[in-house]
Amino acid sequence: MSDNITLGKALNHGLRRSLEGNAKVVVMGEDVGKLGGVFRITDGLQKDFGEDRVIDTPLAEAGIVGTAVGLAIRGYRPVCEIQFDGFVYPAYNQIVTQVAKMSYRSRGKVRLPIVIRIPFAGGIGAVEHHSESPEAYFAHTPGLKVVTCSNPADAYTMIQQAIASDDPVVFFEPKRRYWEKGDVDLAADLSGAYPLHKSRVVRPGTDATVIAYGPMVRTALDAAAAAAEDGRNLEVIDLRSLSPIDYEPVYESVKRTGRAVVVHEAPGNIGLGAEIAARVTEHCFYSLEAPVLRVTGYDIPYPAARVEEEYLPDLDRVLDAVDRSFGW
Amino acid sequence: MANGESEVGADAPAGGFVQLLTPEGERVDSVTTADGTTYSVDFTDEEYRGLYRDLVTVRRLDSEALALQRQGELGLWASLLGQEAAQVGSGRALRSQDMAFPTYREHGVLYTRGIDPIMPFGLFRGVDQGGWDANEHKFNGYTIVIGAQTLHATGYAMGVTMDGKTGSPDGEAVIAYFGDGATSQGEVNEAFVWSGVFNAPIVFFCQNNQYAISEPLERQTRIPLYRRATGFGFPGVRIDGNDVLASYAVTRSALDRARQGEGPTLIEAYTYRMGAHTSSDDPTRYRIASEVESWKAKDPISRLKAFLAKQKIGDDDFFDEVDEAAKQLALDLRERVLAMPDPQPVTMFDHVYPNGSPDLDEQRRQFTDYQASFEGSGH
Repeated sequence: MSDNITLGKALNHGLRRSLEGNAKVVVMGEDVGKLGGVFRITDGLQKDFGEDRVIDTPLAEAGIVGTAVGLAIRGYRPVCEIQFDGFVYPAYNQIVTQVAKMSYRSRGKVRLPIVIRIPFAGGIGAVEHHSESPEAYFAHTPGLKVVTCSNPADAYTMIQQAIASDDPVVFFEPKRRYWEKGDVDLAADLSGAYPLHKSRVVRPGTDATVIAYGPMVRTALDAAAAAAEDGRNLEVIDLRSLSPIDYEPVYESVKRTGRAVVVHEAPGNIGLGAEIAARVTEHCFYSLEAPVLRVTGYDIPYPAARVEEEYLPDLDRVLDAVDRSFGW
Repeated sequence: MANGESEVGADAPAGGFVQLLTPEGERVDSVTTADGTTYSVDFTDEEYRGLYRDLVTVRRLDSEALALQRQGELGLWASLLGQEAAQVGSGRALRSQDMAFPTYREHGVLYTRGIDPIMPFGLFRGVDQGGWDANEHKFNGYTIVIGAQTLHATGYAMGVTMDGKTGSPDGEAVIAYFGDGATSQGEVNEAFVWSGVFNAPIVFFCQNNQYAISEPLERQTRIPLYRRATGFGFPGVRIDGNDVLASYAVTRSALDRARQGEGPTLIEAYTYRMGAHTSSDDPTRYRIASEVESWKAKDPISRLKAFLAKQKIGDDDFFDEVDEAAKQLALDLRERVLAMPDPQPVTMFDHVYPNGSPDLDEQRRQFTDYQASFEGSGH
């Protein structure tokens, strides 16, 4: 029995389920209480679980993550909300020097089961600092796990899996997809769920492999649908986990198709696409018909809202890259 | 003084501080601060002797560690020389259920927690990054990023409240250590904000040793540090950081306030770093010898020794025995540090993630194969 709900609502249900299932889970962040978060992802949770478990914090991101570290040492499982991607940097010190390294520093004796939720990426017509894709900073840091969901069903299970994990997890939420609907089985438990750190083929195909994550999965699927009208059969892979990346389905796919296009909103320079291209080249060298191509944001600060459509990878840019791959 | 201005102690900085034992070894019965709090201690002779033994021991272990560093056996050492009273007094004020969050210099606090003093030597020798269990020892890992631990302590203290462990004499309290330099960090100020807002059961124990590496206190603040607490809405008290009795009395009182649910306190322990910042530092480049000399006259150990001798609580036999016992502990520590095995290189891949990582498993395998490729090749 499935419900047709938005990605945002699916996250809300997932958080609720985690709060119900484990008394040590606490949600903390700016405006997460009475307001329910600026995107309403925590809507109604404080009313039902109280101010001690859904905590409106002072306006201080380093404080949110730093106190979460202490709560985790004490045995809690904090779920931190950073209000927007561009506001995570005050907490970056705590995330990189403390959250990421505590297990290593203590030789596994201190675990920090912290989830840091970050609405990320653009496409909502926002002002500066509200549309960034900082995932590479975190994926580059050993000790952190980094995931992102692309649809409501994954949002519902992945947030619960992240909270249940003893690893610190940075959980990127594709904010422009918060309102997109999909079928979610709210009654399902995690026992049979698709593993958190596995990538997934979301559209099988034979001619080229398009690798995407978060908000760009929808873009890649749209591009594949358009390509199908032209007789090209694209395979689309949703990475889901950005650290670690589950490469096996990617290699398997590229060895079949011989062509790969990586899509992300973040600037291309030193981005995840570069790492993926290097790995695919190393593992699929003799199968490649063309170099691995990237469709990414340009190497500029996120631009003003009136030009973001031109900045963001879209259906046409993905198809253009596929064309270039075939023209090689 | 607790938000007050009364002068206590002839050697006190402007604004005064709580002092229960003068540099000459004279006991001050009690000190009442401007907010009406009275601080005193009521130690037995045995307890006085115990504090003396602690001070001598942690200093002796510290000098052994510095010697080990100079002999190439440690990569680095952060000496506590001069700060023994601040650390032993506050450390002995902790009850067994209390949790401490140190920087990287709190070897004296570590010792008073009953922890084997060798515990942090893996870190300074370079065989691990600390590697202990914060909860087992009620003593968090040494934190090197300045001030980061104050937020951890605050979060932990919020957890104490959430667990319902405050509001009684058996409640739990938390102590966060940091230095004068750390008070300029945003994160420390956030910790003050948060602990105030959430009424966290925490004591912020600032060892103001006058220098952040080379930079004097004046580069960090234009008001006495203890007075910062007022702006955050909780009491601030300055103590003579070289007086183990004041350190004990004020910390005990602040911890008991916290465990009763009465919220945070900032203690500024006014002291002096007699040695270098770390073994890599050269303090002659930024401070003058006469200043160091003037602080020698305020030494934490000699004043307690003078008091014990005058009160006939300790005699030469006792002092000699303490020195000898400390020396034996130091020699034992030296032997055990020298016997610390280097880690197997492949262990560098361990514990990056509590749940492991397939990527790292693969890198570990590649590393092992690469290492094995040299076997029998004479490398």
